[in-house]
Amino acid sequence: MIDFTLPESIAQQVSMAQMAAEHIMRPKSRYYDEHEHEIPWDFIYAMWPMMAEQGRKDLEALKKPKDTGDNGKPKRPKTTNMRLIHIIEALSWGDAGIYLNLPSGQLAAAAIQAAGTPEQQQRFLPRFAGDKPTWGGMCMTEPQCGSDTSAIRTTAKREDGHWVINGTKIYVTSGSRALRDSNGLVVVWATIDPTAGRAGMRPFVVEAGTPGVSIIKLENKMGIRASDTAMIVFEDVKIPLDNILGKPDVERTSQDEGFKGAMKTFDATRPAVAASALGIARAAIEYVKEVLKKEENIDIRYHLARHKLTAAERDVIDMEAMHKAAWLLTQKAAWLMDQGLPNTLEASECKVKAGEAVTKITQKAVEILGPLGYSRDYLVEKWMRDAKINDIFEGTGQINRLVIARRILGYTSKELR
Amino acid sequence: MVSFAPTEEQQMIVDSVHDFAQEQLRSIMREADETGEIPRDIIQTGWGLGIVPANIPEEYGGFASEHSALTGALVAETLAWGDLSSALYITSPLSVAIPILLGGTEEQKVEYLPRFTGEEFVPATAALLEPRITYDPLELDTKAVKDGDVYLLNGVKAYVPIAADAAMMLVWANENGKTQGFLVDMSAQGLQIGEREKNMGIKGLPTYKVTLKDVHVSPKCKLGGEQGVDFTKILNYSRIALAAMAVGVAKGAYEYALNYAKERETFGAPIATRQAIAFMLAEMCTDIDGARLLVWEAAWRMDQGKEASREVRLAKTFCDDMALMVTDRAVQILGGHGYIRDHPVELWLRNARSFAVLDGLGMV
Repeated sequence: MIDFTLPESIAQQVSMAQMAAEHIMRPKSRYYDEHEHEIPWDFIYAMWPMMAEQGRKDLEALKKPKDTGDNGKPKRPKTTNMRLIHIIEALSWGDAGIYLNLPSGQLAAAAIQAAGTPEQQQRFLPRFAGDKPTWGGMCMTEPQCGSDTSAIRTTAKREDGHWVINGTKIYVTSGSRALRDSNGLVVVWATIDPTAGRAGMRPFVVEAGTPGVSIIKLENKMGIRASDTAMIVFEDVKIPLDNILGKPDVERTSQDEGFKGAMKTFDATRPAVAASALGIARAAIEYVKEVLKKEENIDIRYHLARHKLTAAERDVIDMEAMHKAAWLLTQKAAWLMDQGLPNTLEASECKVKAGEAVTKITQKAVEILGPLGYSRDYLVEKWMRDAKINDIFEGTGQINRLVIARRILGYTSKELR
Repeated sequence: MVSFAPTEEQQMIVDSVHDFAQEQLRSIMREADETGEIPRDIIQTGWGLGIVPANIPEEYGGFASEHSALTGALVAETLAWGDLSSALYITSPLSVAIPILLGGTEEQKVEYLPRFTGEEFVPATAALLEPRITYDPLELDTKAVKDGDVYLLNGVKAYVPIAADAAMMLVWANENGKTQGFLVDMSAQGLQIGEREKNMGIKGLPTYKVTLKDVHVSPKCKLGGEQGVDFTKILNYSRIALAAMAVGVAKGAYEYALNYAKERETFGAPIATRQAIAFMLAEMCTDIDGARLLVWEAAWRMDQGKEASREVRLAKTFCDDMALMVTDRAVQILGGHGYIRDHPVELWLRNARSFAVLDGLGMV
């Protein structure tokens, strides 16, 4: 049955996240925006117990044999992704940059959970449930390739019982948190056979403290400045043979297994990014409505004929409609994932819509608030700067349009480039 | 628990309406637009699907367990996907039946609702819109004034579907600043059905100007009796139905443009392999899916008995704009062919223009 009721357990966690957003994140929002590269330890320590608890639960769940649903008991529908997007949305309402400091395995843990062996999972993941805040990061983008991930040049060679990794990675979210500020790890995408194209791509786990790994730059950004974005050089980095996620051999018949693995994680991460975008969008809409009410005593008259509305009311209604459409698409993508149904199309749809919506909504919010909107005394201009990344990372709006178009047209990536 | 899966029952209804829309409505769509006539048997077959009695509870002769805006929206999208004129024609009786169901007195329900449960299509219609640029369903120019034992109705209505053939007409009028409904006797003195209107789109649906000059209405024919009805709530049902229809029209245009783009070649390859076209299609698909979810959520809220004016407005605003964007792009993707009446996309663009303009036209 079509239903939009959030389960009580999720609603409770969301209201806790919303409280953290309001009391821990918002008051520090401007500070960390203006003090780029400072670490928001206050937020990190406040969130750590909850995140470690989640890390322990994830570990326990991985130990259990997969619930196949044929053990007589009715299979309980999963709500993992639905829960996640709601919490991310609430925290991003607080501050999208600080949110990215959530101490957890992040994208790296997601990859290890998805592609690692049980032994690898037990070796790498406990650190995210330990006694100190610990992060994971994903190293994909390189200076010469972004959206075109199959063009990566970082190599992994098998030598003397090790993998040896060489290359340069950029735009690693939480790269510093993972390798410098904690005893975390990163997942590095490299090719084990440069002549094999996508089929040669594999993810490798590189732990903090491994010789040859150096963070050579922390980017200065337009927005989400509380989040660290690292450039990492790997120079003859030796890691154990068992640090590869997936098969160590290139099987030309295996249809780009490595590349597909990378793409698969987007099905989960794109709704998450969309949710973060929409947290910012909600913050901007709520603030605009609050100011309109306080300063001009304007309540939005939703029932009124369109021609009787003021321009500001029309703008707010358009912003809210865009926001809600994107948020419902995001929920649908997460719901499909929880149901175990394919969601590649929907994950890209919500990412496209959310990236576009938050960009337009925050730009409009600055416009409606005029001199107040442009002033750094208020957060609206910051939200507009924070917003823009959501139309870029985890697949630009254009890449996601390509993904959607290929799905609906039934074209391969060769047929529609 | 959040879910995006319709019930099995809803899916069955949608499937049967879809078959009808595909096999029958699509086959007469162009001709109905050219001639202004929808064949009688199409209307009768549409009636036979039971869409109207499915909204009427068993105690009044129908077979509804409950009236659901969400099920209505699913049906409305599918019918309008087939043909918007036919969808509005076939569901026209609901623009009388649903307001009675939602706001009528018990006597009115007993008196009128069973009339909608027979075998034959019931030509019933509602007169709401008015021919002026400042038309506002919540502030009508048509006035209802109590004069002794009767109400006197005065004003001019426009876009009244099937008025010339109507057996029942619900006239909405302004009574002391509030929009109230009056069931007007078709033979009442002072009620004049004008010439059939000539419209840009939805040309298969005959609409009329209706003039009311001191039309007498008995108080027992005022919807909801002495205290009347909450019109805003009723209007929400109309708005969400039209929003769902906008999704249906857009979906039809999108699918046609998508198939065309895969067939049509330029410079040696299908135009769908060009990003300029492929990205338009991706955006059309995304906005259609988003619009549908806005409709579902608003309809769901209404079914839950929650306040839904905001959600309905957001859905309606988004769907109106979306339908225009999608149908316009469908014409654009077909290029010159899109402008020629051999293809249906120009028809869908003309039809889609109606949504933002004709607020309150239909009901499901």
